[in-house]
Amino acid sequence: MECKDLVEAVTAYVEGEMSPEDRARFDHHLALCDGCTHYLAQIRETIRLTGTLDLEAIPNEQRTALQAVFRAWASER
Amino acid sequence: MAAAPTASSDDLALVLQLRARDEAAFMMLVERLQPSLIRVARMYVQSQAVAEEVAQETWLGVLQGIDRFEGRSSLRTWIFRICANIAKTRGQREGRSTPFATLAGDDLEAPSLPESLFQGPDEAHPNHWSSLPADWTSFPQERLEGSELRRVIGAAIEALPPMQAEVIRLRDVLGWSSEEVRNALNLSETNQRVLLHRARAKVRRAVEAYLESA
Repeated sequence: MECKDLVEAVTAYVEGEMSPEDRARFDHHLALCDGCTHYLAQIRETIRLTGTLDLEAIPNEQRTALQAVFRAWASER
Repeated sequence: MAAAPTASSDDLALVLQLRARDEAAFMMLVERLQPSLIRVARMYVQSQAVAEEVAQETWLGVLQGIDRFEGRSSLRTWIFRICANIAKTRGQREGRSTPFATLAGDDLEAPSLPESLFQGPDEAHPNHWSSLPADWTSFPQERLEGSELRRVIGAAIEALPPMQAEVIRLRDVLGWSSEEVRNALNLSETNQRVLLHRARAKVRRAVEAYLESA
């Protein structure tokens, strides 16, 4: 495996969607390559950082409208 | 392929709350899912206004259908399916649909990184790094944990083609499983992974550019 291949296989690797043979090749390359070890760490850090984004705020009008939908439904029956 | 995840115990608790007309439980679900529902609807219909109507109809459909929810998928997957069905019908009525390639982006096969980062065929180690990726732990902690980087990541996601953006939001911002995302967005296993791969690669580059700009 060359570094260029590892970069394109990194998602399959972190997602655990790799055959055991490919995974072994990937791990073998990592053990010998600082650049790819850093690249994998960067991808994992990117995933972690993305997970720290706040939920998007929803506009008040939508909140009010959906509250009204709920109340109309809840008052039926 | 793994079976679709069924409803979790949290889901089932939420379903019971909805059946019991618990407004706070409903609004919590709205806060979490509404922005994504509107964007998913927007993939099928031609305007933001119609997408918002679709999302509202979806919520009504959820409430009216909640007694029939059997927990054979996760609750959020079920909600997204309702949304996609309503949006598809509206889109067909509008008579114009956005091709998958436009939603997914035309760069799915493109390399994640510029060629120049790798050694050429005449160099000592072709296709190996010509300049090594940095060790991000060497950057100051404040830079990695600051709000400015969150803005940079948010902007990078906004700039992605719609389907790439939604996959990374659901997977990495909201923490859904790949099965849930595939079911909610009706994607194959490969498509989900390729879209996520492109999205993460581009967000990584935005983070890198930010970290190295100081």
